[in-house]
Amino acid sequence: MIWNEKIETMPLADLKNLQSQRLASLVGYVYKNCPIYKQKLDQAGVATSDIKSIDDITKLPFTTKLDMRDNYPFGLFSRPRTELVEIHVSSGTTGNPTLVGYTRDDIKLWSDVMARCLCCAGAEPDDTIQIAYGYGLFTGGLGFHYGALEMGLTIIPTSSGQTKRQLKIMQDFAPRILACTPSYCLYMAEEAKEMGIDPRQASWKIGIFGAEPWSESMRTEIEQTWNMLATDVYGLSEIIGPGVSQECRHKQGLHIFSDVFYPEIIDPDTGKPVPEGGDGELVITTLTKQGIPLLRYRTRDIVSMTTAPCKCGRTSPRTSKIKGRTDDMIVVRGINVFPSQIEHVLLGIDGTHPHYQIVIDRQAHQLDTVDIMVEVDEKIFSDEIKKMHALEQKIKKEIEAMLSIGVEVKLVEPKTIARSEGKAKRVIDKRAL
Amino acid sequence: MDTPFWNKEIETLPRKQLEQLQLERLKALVAQAFKTAFYSKRLKRAGINSPDDIKSLADMHKIPFTVKDDLRQNYPFGLLAVPMEQVVRIHSSSGTTGIPTVIYLTADDLNNWTDLIARCLVATGATSKDVFQNMMSYGLFTGGLGLHYGAEKIGMTVIPVGGGNTQRQIQLMKDFKTSVLHITPSYLLHIHHRLPEFNVKPSDLHIKKAFLGAEPYSENTRKKLEHLFGIDAYNSYGLSEMNGPGVAFECVYKNDLHVWEDAYILEIIDPVAGTPVPDGQQGEVVLTNLVRNAMPLMRYRTRDLAFVHTDPCPCGRTHRRLSRILGRTDDMLIVGGVNVFPSQIEEVLMSIPEVGNNYQIHLSRAGDLDKLTVKVEIYSKLFTGDLSQLDVLKSKIKDRLRASITINPHIELHEPGALPAFEGKAKRVIDEREKL
Amino acid sequence: MKITQISVFLENRKGRLCDVCSLLGSAGINIRALTIAETESFGVLRIVVDKPDKAIDMFKKQNITANKTDVVAVEVPDQPGGLARVLKILSDNDVNVEYMYGFVEKFSKNALLVFRFDDAIRANKVLAENNIPIVTADDISGL
Repeated sequence: MIWNEKIETMPLADLKNLQSQRLASLVGYVYKNCPIYKQKLDQAGVATSDIKSIDDITKLPFTTKLDMRDNYPFGLFSRPRTELVEIHVSSGTTGNPTLVGYTRDDIKLWSDVMARCLCCAGAEPDDTIQIAYGYGLFTGGLGFHYGALEMGLTIIPTSSGQTKRQLKIMQDFAPRILACTPSYCLYMAEEAKEMGIDPRQASWKIGIFGAEPWSESMRTEIEQTWNMLATDVYGLSEIIGPGVSQECRHKQGLHIFSDVFYPEIIDPDTGKPVPEGGDGELVITTLTKQGIPLLRYRTRDIVSMTTAPCKCGRTSPRTSKIKGRTDDMIVVRGINVFPSQIEHVLLGIDGTHPHYQIVIDRQAHQLDTVDIMVEVDEKIFSDEIKKMHALEQKIKKEIEAMLSIGVEVKLVEPKTIARSEGKAKRVIDKRAL
Repeated sequence: MDTPFWNKEIETLPRKQLEQLQLERLKALVAQAFKTAFYSKRLKRAGINSPDDIKSLADMHKIPFTVKDDLRQNYPFGLLAVPMEQVVRIHSSSGTTGIPTVIYLTADDLNNWTDLIARCLVATGATSKDVFQNMMSYGLFTGGLGLHYGAEKIGMTVIPVGGGNTQRQIQLMKDFKTSVLHITPSYLLHIHHRLPEFNVKPSDLHIKKAFLGAEPYSENTRKKLEHLFGIDAYNSYGLSEMNGPGVAFECVYKNDLHVWEDAYILEIIDPVAGTPVPDGQQGEVVLTNLVRNAMPLMRYRTRDLAFVHTDPCPCGRTHRRLSRILGRTDDMLIVGGVNVFPSQIEEVLMSIPEVGNNYQIHLSRAGDLDKLTVKVEIYSKLFTGDLSQLDVLKSKIKDRLRASITINPHIELHEPGALPAFEGKAKRVIDEREKL
Repeated sequence: MKITQISVFLENRKGRLCDVCSLLGSAGINIRALTIAETESFGVLRIVVDKPDKAIDMFKKQNITANKTDVVAVEVPDQPGGLARVLKILSDNDVNVEYMYGFVEKFSKNALLVFRFDDAIRANKVLAENNIPIVTADDISGL
């Protein structure tokens, strides 16, 4: 079934008209309501009357994560704070988090696009869904929750973790839909075997996996292990959370809901569009969002895009799985991690600036681990073991507070972290995704 | 004082009409209960063969009690009264021991619950202008999602942060000028203890209100928190079997918790005899949820101990007020043959200004005798370093406790921060006596 | 009287201790006393050497993290109860011992022990008042 059939199967010409109208009113809206955008548009020499068609979008300036950070917390709002009904934050590149604010209409939009995702993956209104994405400030849990409620599914909001309980609930209530990170799904298979559960007999028949990059080989493994259809969902909290795009059962790329999230693929260096099918940075304009609408937001995710028709009948373009990043962000257990965040914490420890390295690893079917190696120099070295332990614990706690995931800190001798041309390689990612 | 209402008509409905409404809803509930495997058998055994057997509210005493064990034994579907496709939400208690208890909600049930929570929040004076930091866990636990829905309904700005990560909690409070918190009292005390680490003073924050729940605490703890942060703190009561929070809440007058009697029938019984106790007298809280179709639950024994107020509240609400939870029928400690509730000990400790934010109750056995040790953190600002002062404090705590609980405790004083802190529900009782 | 101890940060890896000792040996620096405090992932090597300044310079050049700590070396009669007597004096006078270890070689007829106190000045005073012999830096380099 298609949730919003009129929109999702709209002929491309009509879709373009809709996008054009929406873009014109969006630009007028942000010009009027958001001083930062007024300034940006004035600086770019764009008058609101210049934007008549969706093709005019290239005249608009980009918005970057830096804009979000510099104007934290309230600068990019287009509505008064009191009209926001929900605030989420995701990790920023350094101290300040990135803010996501929703008005009541934005929550409706989110519910609608998430319901589209669920249907696109194959959910039916009678289904039960187990939502094992984290609830709370992370947008994964509540995003799926709102969409499933919109669709009238039975929701089991298990949130993340407590694997034995997840499996017990799966056995007792037989949900057909599972939503979680792909690595957690594989991890659960190991636990299931230990509990004497045959994953191939599990009630889950459709998985909606996202919040971290994953490969076709991982998909094959999940589908074979669990005997389920594994689909990919994409989103980012700056845009809305999950719900930007979703694979249908044909698994030929992710349908992007371009009536509300207008996609462009650009060359990250020149900012120019790349021809259809070519790899480039995904840029999204939120055509209908009210609270914090964004013009041409640079996601830093590298994808390709096609407008070729899909067998499912949806007309919106499809993007590939994420092929890389334009920055050094890494995703661990669904959480975005920037090396600069770790640098920020270390700088705060007695004002020193030790060398460090982040090692990400994943043992077969286990959860990702993060080891932070910190070189011990004279400034932070103490003769007393308890002080060294306290240092180790302090670094661990502060990094965990910033990233919201568990890490291990290892103190190492100077110069043991490999440097190339004097500059240390900050991230070693040993995972086979 | 201005009295804000969410649903003035229902909240101030004259008692007579309220009881009429209860009776109508109770009949409908009994009809619904017959659809479950569990109640159809149990009601018939009690001589109730149809909803018509309930002719007055007094007839509800014919309905047998339901206890937690009934939920466990009929897990997972024995109490389900609607087809699964009508269920939109499942919540489950922690289930750390054995079988979890589960509740089901239809879309209507969820709306009813959300509406009750909206009532609670508005009763405290919360409005759409408030920024609401919800510090209870989200997910299967009902505390987080319950207030989330209600707060969103009245248009507050919700920050769904969940529990833990103190540093980030404090940053969010600062950055977004959070005005209302939902938090456990022990975690709020812990936050206060940690503020200096981040160079934040309570006066740097913009908190005006806190909803305190999910664990028992004393009036003195409330006063202490109100004083430390300069806020109004409101008691919240609920339990997952009754949907979660939203069963009862304090209004702006803060003189105990209005139970929403159009949605819940409240009884207080003698926990041993099972008979009603007069208003004003302490007993076990028994609740019937009148507005949940997916999973009827009648005369559910909560194991919470409290009493009902007899005098009216100046706010004008006709719904009766329940005292704070004074203890649990199952966490009553028997020490040397004497019944002691941890809440009594907390009440005494929090009335002594030199006592800090944290304490622990330790039970052990020396030979044949029970030994009760109360470990107490001292409040550093009032401690001058004079050792004789500590001895005086020790005997003061000891004397006051003995007066309250009639047995002689050992007192240990600890430095601030020395006892384990909790970022959620506190575990304050350690019982090391061998199980006999 | 305080003497200088050198503390070296070492990862728990095969051969690290050997590397450090070889370096000292090839620079003609003699180890007088040694102990290792270790944890799961790293350890701290504590040594007393005859030429501490030279040792520190060398570690710095070799990118080995090391620093100096003041410790007190005490002569203890090499007989049953010898150490206990010294510890009792310290404890009676409220001097706290952070850690201690033995010397590699004997000094006259007595055993030598290295102490790290939380309050070295007070410790020195208490030891002197009780006629417990304290070893000087010169004694060490002359060993």
